[in-house]
Amino acid sequence: MRELTYGQAIKEAMTLEMRQDEDVFLMGEDIGVYGGCFGVSLGMLEEFGPERVLETPISELGFVGAGIGSALLKMRPIVEIMFSDFSTVCYDQIVNQAAKIRYMFGGKNSVPIVIRMPDGAGTGAAAQHSQSPEAWYTNVPGLIIIAPSTPYDAKGLLISAIRNDNPVLFFEHKLLYGMKGEVPEEYYTLPIGKADIKREGSDITVATYGRMVHLCLSAAEELLEEGISLEVVDLRTLSPLDKRTIIESVKKTGRLLIVHEAHKTGGFGGEIAATVTESEAFYYLDSPIERCCSMDVPIPCSLELEKNVLPTKERIIASARGLMK
Amino acid sequence: MIENELIIEMYKRMWLIRKFEEKINEYFSRGEIHGTCHLCIGEEATAVGSIFALKKSDYVHGTHRGHGQAIAFGTDVNSMMAEIFGKATGLCKGKGGSMHIADVEKRYLGSNGILGASMPISVGAALALKKKKCEDTVVLCLFGDGSSNQGAFHEAMNLAALWKLPLIFVCVNNLYGMSMSIDRSMSDPDLTKRSLPYGIRSISIDGNDIMGVYETVSEARSYVLGNGPMLIVENTYRHMGHAKMDANRYRTKEEINSWKQKDPIKRAGELLLKISAASEQDLVQYESDAAERIENAVRFALESPVLAIEKIADDVFAGEVVSDA
Repeated sequence: MRELTYGQAIKEAMTLEMRQDEDVFLMGEDIGVYGGCFGVSLGMLEEFGPERVLETPISELGFVGAGIGSALLKMRPIVEIMFSDFSTVCYDQIVNQAAKIRYMFGGKNSVPIVIRMPDGAGTGAAAQHSQSPEAWYTNVPGLIIIAPSTPYDAKGLLISAIRNDNPVLFFEHKLLYGMKGEVPEEYYTLPIGKADIKREGSDITVATYGRMVHLCLSAAEELLEEGISLEVVDLRTLSPLDKRTIIESVKKTGRLLIVHEAHKTGGFGGEIAATVTESEAFYYLDSPIERCCSMDVPIPCSLELEKNVLPTKERIIASARGLMK
Repeated sequence: MIENELIIEMYKRMWLIRKFEEKINEYFSRGEIHGTCHLCIGEEATAVGSIFALKKSDYVHGTHRGHGQAIAFGTDVNSMMAEIFGKATGLCKGKGGSMHIADVEKRYLGSNGILGASMPISVGAALALKKKKCEDTVVLCLFGDGSSNQGAFHEAMNLAALWKLPLIFVCVNNLYGMSMSIDRSMSDPDLTKRSLPYGIRSISIDGNDIMGVYETVSEARSYVLGNGPMLIVENTYRHMGHAKMDANRYRTKEEINSWKQKDPIKRAGELLLKISAASEQDLVQYESDAAERIENAVRFALESPVLAIEKIADDVFAGEVVSDA
């Protein structure tokens, strides 16, 4: 099958949607001639013109709010926030407006907006350009939160997100943009709220998402030589969470390792752990639940320092071995 | 030239707002309504004059002090009253309450609990109108003087001017953001200057003169269709405190009384008598008709049921979120 990078898959999803639906448009900083900070929308200006690839000033509060207002009038905006860290300056619009408008107005309208946000560390961009803020938003009812790990998932889930009538936060790990994978040329959707077992195994359930999926898969490969079998569950959607897939997997393996790049304290891992301890899977646990996450420090710039804050394959392997003792 | 019938209609609508607010105040004071409310007594001409100048196809975004604006827009007072009483028959099923009166399907984009947030959303609504090529349609965005200190105001001004949107910004200047007067909150309290750096024309008017408000907004409506946004500062005063806990410690009785002399309803009544469009007896009748209409609304609200508790989680999301795509 044809291969695309993760970034190209995202561009293809947006392009297919914009070709078939005049109400879909892209909005954000430097998304035109520049192609977006990470080059995802390169060439889209030429195909769709400046009204549908609408460049904005550095004004996240303004243009995310504008996206929400246009969605209220039944447009389907895709808004790119250059770095997920910058979503803090439009936090009100995401949390108080997009997420709440439907409920507090009695369910008579919806806000079909997709907010795409590159996230994650590994680029030496330091504390304000490297965060994984998804858990800041999972505590907000009314938001759908997606974090795809592969080009195939990115295309199918982004199309589903654009078709969905609710506000969707779409986290794209910036180190994945260049990653290649098989992507069908045709239009297809993937279900929101459904995890995907990326590798089956019998000893430890690894619940993870985004770039960490690949580190976990690679750790699984290595651990197999020691006779430790990991089942890698790629959550894909954090809200709503596919609890059933996690619970069934833990019932099978009896152990749970949670891996995410976000900081440990208050991270989404706590929610995953609670999902298991609140369910019948608790009685199947053979060891305490383990979390392998970023340290609770701001992401440092220096390569050596940054590496030591983030979860690595080695740390994942060590955590897994610990669980088997 | 405004026809007499129109002035009479505006006069009646102002009374409907006044009676609505007085009744709400009565029930709040007795502790019979759960929540808070922001009354607009004294500001009726800004709401009615501005919104009556629009066409049926236009959109309105109200302020934090928005009951009067919703009534001016033509929102059913029964369902508004029921909303504030927290009933299932309320406009938002009792989920929104006083601060979130909205009817998006009917083009009333609602009031907003976050000051300034409505401005970027209005920009987006106007952007959607432009994209959908609705050529004779505008958005009217009302906000208070206090909100103009928010960054959202400035970002919205810039975007609206950049994109030349059909958007009328109406600043309802009641001189106070809660307890802080504009002299204390603004380095320069001349609000008309605030749009000028964005190339947006502005005008300051007597917000208690219903005719002046109507005529100014009518002209602005034509202007923004061809030229992009405009700012109108409507100078007025709220007779009541900010909300129910307000003891008015930051204002003198003399100041409040001096503004009561400039009551917009009284002034409109004097005008109707002067141009012989109505008799003293007519004016009394209009007032008592409004009072009766509001009595009926209260009865409707009191007799209405509360939303069934099993529906408490409805309306968080539109449609089925977890889909088998």
